[in-house]
Amino acid sequence: MTRHSDPYLAGVGIGCVLLAAYALARQGLGASGAFASVAAALTAAAVGTTEAAASPAVAPYLPDGLASPLRDWLVWELIGVAAGGFTSAWSAGRLAWAAERGPRLTPALRLTAALAGGVVMGIGAKFARGCTSGQALSGGALLSAGSWIFIVTAFAAAYACAPLARRLWL
Amino acid sequence: MSAAADPVALTLAVACALGFAFGWLLERAGLGSARVLVGQFYFANLTVFKVLFSALVTAMLGAFWLDRAGLLDLGAVYVPETFAVPQAIGGLLFGGGLLLAGLCPGTSCVAAATGRTDGLAVMAGLVLGILAFDLAFDSLNQVYASTPLGTLTLPDLLHLPAGVVVALVAGMAVVMFVAAEWAMRRWRA
Repeated sequence: MTRHSDPYLAGVGIGCVLLAAYALARQGLGASGAFASVAAALTAAAVGTTEAAASPAVAPYLPDGLASPLRDWLVWELIGVAAGGFTSAWSAGRLAWAAERGPRLTPALRLTAALAGGVVMGIGAKFARGCTSGQALSGGALLSAGSWIFIVTAFAAAYACAPLARRLWL
Repeated sequence: MSAAADPVALTLAVACALGFAFGWLLERAGLGSARVLVGQFYFANLTVFKVLFSALVTAMLGAFWLDRAGLLDLGAVYVPETFAVPQAIGGLLFGGGLLLAGLCPGTSCVAAATGRTDGLAVMAGLVLGILAFDLAFDSLNQVYASTPLGTLTLPDLLHLPAGVVVALVAGMAVVMFVAAEWAMRRWRA
């Protein structure tokens, strides 16, 4: 198993990928939007496309009805993220089937916390109109005021919750 | 149909290629691992901070100078609109959720793709959370749509030239990198 890369070098590399996205796609990188697209398609599958598209929360994600995620820029970007992550881990010998967790946690508890954390982050990302990729990184580099509000509040909340969550991780 | 003949397919292929490079670099840096990521908040491992801010500063400086050199039209790049109150609420929820999840939406995909089941659980949670938000949208919309400030940038807000803000953010990041390295060395010594 090879060691991780230098974080500054990886960061500069990600910055260059983000620049390429600004230049080639006229938008930054993202992640939570792809999940929103899938959630919208699931809603459409459950209640019908017309009914689902009546909600202003879901409508923007359904330009092509049920097939929308398959034509969504962020969904394909995120498929690329998964493929790139897999290829990197495979070539470095870091593939492993396991739940990563703190030493005091059972796998079941870890998965429960991960699911709950995902739910809370999903709601947060909707209010914030993006996540670490779309707001903090892509919007932050363009100096969007809202992106910097997100960066400051997200880091503040994570540091404030850290002492309460010691049992999960330490 | 070949990708070159279909503009949508070409756009999606570009998305996939950019994502591949993004995912590769996140995994290389160790951010496919929840324990590495969460180390940030216990001052055990500052990878998140170093990767995020070196990427942000690189893209910020690159966009600023390429625009000046006429190689990139920054005016055509989408800048997220600002909604001050919901974005602050969203940031607080996101930060709290991040500590439970150990992974953010992008890194959860990297974790899942490398076999980490916690990554899969985070991905499932994200879809469920967004579904819950969508279902409750009628009652959340008042907060969600509040304090709309349009496309607002820090230079607009601070009444400073963009170049000054770019220099301030870059300078602040360098000071924080140096301080972080110094603090981590003292901590370990």
